[in-house]
Amino acid sequence: MSDISAASAASTNVDSSGPEGSGSNRTLWGDVRYELFRSPVFWISSVLVFVILLMSFFPWIFASTSPNEAGACELINARVKPTWDKPFGYTAAGCDMWSSLVWGTGKSVNVAILTTIGTVILGVVSGTAAGWFGGLTDTIISRVTDIFFGLPFLLGAIVFLAIFPTRNIWTISLVLILLGWTSLTRVMRGSVLATKQKDFVDAARALGASDLFIIRKHVLSNSIAPVIVLATIGLGSYIGAEATLTFLGVGYQRPTVSWGLLVNEGQNLVFAGFSHLLIYPCAFIVVTVLAFILLGDVLRDALDPRSR
Amino acid sequence: MSDTTTRSRTDVSSGPSKSPLSGVAFDPSAPLLEVEDLQVEFHTRDGVAKAVNGVSFSVGEGETLGILGESGCGKSVTAQAIMGILDTPPARVAGGQVRFRGVDLLAMEEKTRRHVRANKIAMIFQDALSSLNPVFTVGWQLSELFRVHQGASRKEAKAKAVEMLEMVGIPAAKQRVDDFPHQFSGGMRQRVMIAMALALKPDVIIADEPTTALDVTVQAQVMQLLADLQQEMKLGLILITHDMGVVADVADKICVMYAGNAVEQADVYQTYENPAHPYTKALLESIPRVDQKGQELTVIKGLPPVLTNQPPGCAFHPRCTFAKDKCKEEKPSLYPVPGGRSSACHYWEEVVAK
Repeated sequence: MSDISAASAASTNVDSSGPEGSGSNRTLWGDVRYELFRSPVFWISSVLVFVILLMSFFPWIFASTSPNEAGACELINARVKPTWDKPFGYTAAGCDMWSSLVWGTGKSVNVAILTTIGTVILGVVSGTAAGWFGGLTDTIISRVTDIFFGLPFLLGAIVFLAIFPTRNIWTISLVLILLGWTSLTRVMRGSVLATKQKDFVDAARALGASDLFIIRKHVLSNSIAPVIVLATIGLGSYIGAEATLTFLGVGYQRPTVSWGLLVNEGQNLVFAGFSHLLIYPCAFIVVTVLAFILLGDVLRDALDPRSR
Repeated sequence: MSDTTTRSRTDVSSGPSKSPLSGVAFDPSAPLLEVEDLQVEFHTRDGVAKAVNGVSFSVGEGETLGILGESGCGKSVTAQAIMGILDTPPARVAGGQVRFRGVDLLAMEEKTRRHVRANKIAMIFQDALSSLNPVFTVGWQLSELFRVHQGASRKEAKAKAVEMLEMVGIPAAKQRVDDFPHQFSGGMRQRVMIAMALALKPDVIIADEPTTALDVTVQAQVMQLLADLQQEMKLGLILITHDMGVVADVADKICVMYAGNAVEQADVYQTYENPAHPYTKALLESIPRVDQKGQELTVIKGLPPVLTNQPPGCAFHPRCTFAKDKCKEEKPSLYPVPGGRSSACHYWEEVVAK
């Protein structure tokens, strides 16, 4: 290939000296990392999220005995207020408040994680199908999401959960997935529609790529960012949703330990002077939801270059 | 030239044990690429837009066909129809044949036809930046071709990618292979696109305005590279452009398109020296010239017709200085013009004589 390399080597002298050279690898995700690492909100929220996750999967690190263990709760301790020795006091059932809160974390977080995984899978698959194939597929998927959007979230969840004879992590997650997947479908559909128009999709097709290959490699990689943001924010709101449903009596049932149940127990006793029964579980819920939503927020700022 | 860059049939089928194209009876003695009476329509709210109305041409090995025409005349649609990457709907190939080595690609099953792309016919796009996926390195995008089509391992594919980048003249290819598209300059990006198009050693390359997005000096380099590689690999090249200068330098034959019709076909010297269609003549006259400085530039008056509502008779007659009554009624067919040319003008003799 002597003459070609000679010819092209000669002809590259000019345009190889472009301003970009081969400088630092500033990729989309590289930029995102840079944006995140210099944001204090990111550090605060991710430390909180890390602690929350640690608490849900390894509660014994924070509180050695589960309130469900035999002998862990003594009725004699019921509603004992916080003291210097026990700053969290005891619950209405006489269990240690701190260990109840710690061991209850996992219940909420597990539902939120399961729900998020479910909604992401459903939303990404249906949104991609609707955006990519268009036509009849799009019409059907979009109309189905419209129907689900029409269902009021809380009312729908209460009705569905009331139907189930047993309510556990699976049924609660299932209902939340059923009512929550549509927003991800819409976001994904719009995102895929935008990516589909890009020249590199045509270029890939011109190079003999199959539909499935283009979707898997080119479309997903370019349209997943808004879904990541929405899913992170969703994690927070599903924790809140689980607590709400449990509080209303259609979520977890006793003897499960969960934040919603603690709030439920506490609400009647606040004005009787036992405000710690309500304040502690509420604070845990608020901080957890806030941590996830803040994390989603900084992720959105970092992933959306236009907002910079 | 090393063995990997010389074209050899066996190379293509050396990947997965049975090539998806092995069942197709390509006739090596048949012409490389023939397009016959190709018709493409777009179904829009305003009616049917006939973007391509019966275009025919052929390209042989090592030959360059320039398709010339202004924006919206159906050049790119023709290219996309040959590649089979038109969005259907709204587009529809209404008729005609695209024969590669005697096999009609339009009649082929999509599953098989997919493998014709890149393996037999490849395309270079206008805007290299948007034609490369921003989230993957160019090396990944190149090696994926070898991995998917030839079943190469990660390591082999990467080595081949570096080789391709070297072939298109990217300096320090070994380092640049891990760079992202935005880290390359415009000319370099177009070189990457050329490397991707040539990666599987196709027989035909369609270049859709490959230099439009580049500045003039880089344009010349990229065109030179394309011409060199074409000679080396005996490629059939279809060069789509509206740049009369680019075509004059590189093309062997020219096909001039207007409103979806091929209005003149001739070899490049005849076209430039003595056009046989009023549109070609008008195009050549509208090139600004240094020796006519200070004078008014000759332009083609009016606008190209709306494709959903084409004028009866010759589509060019409202803007044509040669037009007579016959042009308003009768659509001219391609008249043979001495010298192996053809012109879709009732009065081509007048045009040639003038």
